Amino acid sequence: MSFSIAAEPIDLSSLSMAMEDPACGAAVWFEGRVRNHNEGRAVLRLEYEVYTPIAISEGLRIIEEARQRWAVRRAVAVHREGLLALGEVAVVVGVASAHRDEAFQAARYLIDEAKARLPIWKREHYVDGEATWVNCQRCGHARGG
Amino acid sequence: MKTVCIRYFAAFRDAAGVSEETVNSNATTLSALFRERAGAHTALHEETAAKVALNDVLADWSDTFENGDEVLFFPPVAGG
Repeated sequence: MSFSIAAEPIDLSSLSMAMEDPACGAAVWFEGRVRNHNEGRAVLRLEYEVYTPIAISEGLRIIEEARQRWAVRRAVAVHREGLLALGEVAVVVGVASAHRDEAFQAARYLIDEAKARLPIWKREHYVDGEATWVNCQRCGHARGG
Repeated sequence: MKTVCIRYFAAFRDAAGVSEETVNSNATTLSALFRERAGAHTALHEETAAKVALNDVLADWSDTFENGDEVLFFPPVAGG
């Protein structure tokens, strides 16, 4: 079980090795990637800011919650920080279990809770030169590009 | 009067214009402390989904704080 923050591109093959377990008949992977548009605006790149101490402690807590709800045998999650280009993998969640149902459900739980709870912020840089922090309703007025 | 170190992240840092500051406060709760700082930094606004942490542990806005604590103000998160 591991949760980490990565400043460099995520190495999926090494993560895959951490998921090997002969008792697991199912492994589910989710990759969140940088998309070229959001809410009608053309996105050029993303910037992630992470407060690592709490991201790690809360990330491990989310994994533990998933283990208590489903028969998860292996779980791994990695989130990027810094500037990311279009198409880059921003977050990976992997879950291995004996059967597929619990792997799918636990993987869905991990990514949903991670997005809602971890102290990670996304700044979208648009093709038109502007940049804004996502999800911050009243913060948009304070800054320019 | 308590002295605390406050750290601002992402949009809150942009709005406050500083990443951290040490302040003297008469506030008792973390929400009152935030409102105090919003009064000092006019671009800093309360956000319904904002979170707060005390000494590297997530806290409730109604929690109290002590002299010498480190307070982290988190704007609405957007990971993934």
